[in-house]
Amino acid sequence: MLDGWPPPILDPAGPDAWAIATLAWVLLAMAALVLGVVLAAMWLALSGRPELRARLGGTKAIWIGGVAFPVVVLSLLLVYGLSLTRTQSAPLRGDEMRARVTGEMWWWRVAYLDQQRRPVLHDANELHIPVGRPVVLELESGDVIHSFWVPRLAGKLDMIPGRRNIIRIQADQPGVFGGQCAEYCGGPHALMGFVVVAHPQQRFDQLMRSRLARAAAASATPQAAQGARLFQSSGCAACHRIAGTPANGLAGPDLTFVGSRRTLGAGILPNNRGTMMGWIANSQAIKPENRMPPYTLLPGEDISALAEYLEAQR
Amino acid sequence: MPVADASRGKRAIERVGCASCHTIPGIGWPKGEAGPPLHGMAERALIAGRLANRPGILARFVRDAPALVPGTTMPAMPLSEEESRDVAAFLYESGK
Repeated sequence: MLDGWPPPILDPAGPDAWAIATLAWVLLAMAALVLGVVLAAMWLALSGRPELRARLGGTKAIWIGGVAFPVVVLSLLLVYGLSLTRTQSAPLRGDEMRARVTGEMWWWRVAYLDQQRRPVLHDANELHIPVGRPVVLELESGDVIHSFWVPRLAGKLDMIPGRRNIIRIQADQPGVFGGQCAEYCGGPHALMGFVVVAHPQQRFDQLMRSRLARAAAASATPQAAQGARLFQSSGCAACHRIAGTPANGLAGPDLTFVGSRRTLGAGILPNNRGTMMGWIANSQAIKPENRMPPYTLLPGEDISALAEYLEAQR
Repeated sequence: MPVADASRGKRAIERVGCASCHTIPGIGWPKGEAGPPLHGMAERALIAGRLANRPGILARFVRDAPALVPGTTMPAMPLSEEESRDVAAFLYESGK
């Protein structure tokens, strides 16, 4: 398993996740308190002194313990819960950074949007955001229902075919935050992870500038390099896109920045030469039923060359 | 020199993802098939069909295979010297 996996669900790093975690603890404490009161009453009813048992069965005890107590406690909890989580449904300002995340079997398509909400940068399985600012995500699905969940940054929201759901996430500290598809979507659903990386604003702006420049330019790797030739001749380019090269497949994850990704296989493996080679050679042994075929016909030197080429895409 | 520790070795194996290519006893997921499975490492005569199977050599091999076996498909892995000894200890222990 990867470091920090599975992501902790009660360790919030942003305001909406904080409200959800706080509410969870308050509900747990209240449930424990009520359970304690009920157990005490049961003990009293079974083995208390006769006069106490008689009082417990009286009309007054039923009005207080059976009607007044639950009405007061549940009403207070309802008001508290709704006010604690009211920010989750607050209207958007409209000038937030926007990205579109599309659930696919079994990975995530990511597009960064400009102020006119047009996609300007494509990536997969990883989203970079600035610290301390709300980021609006347009959640869509390319096939079946998925659910977007980065527990340290926000609640869960389904990705439904034909719909666009909106979720707001925010990280109040720099870091790497794991996510996971939270709606069973068939096959390797459990191996459909996601990564959000939060950077200080300046570092984030730098990263976006360099990525936009890279996406608009030709790849720095010459197309004559062995890995680049193999990427075309072995069929990789039919499903994968690398900006600035002839590879323009859209069925699988965009690989323009795959060399700098934290993970491989959609948030499930560390990204190094060895895991890249293992994934290319036979990803079916790692993530059974995923849509990439095994390349068991390629000799080792070709797999090395492909991995070297992909590592350079950053 | 600190004593090699198999449980630290298991964590190192998970951190760098050795199991992406190798099925390793004691590692539940993944069970990679790109390279050979690593059962019974303690009983093998040779590493990679070529090197003497001794702890120090196995430790160096898992860290930088191409330096010991030029032309091997197995790449150098991002392990420290200490971690590579821990990994060797785990491979000897887990596959018994």
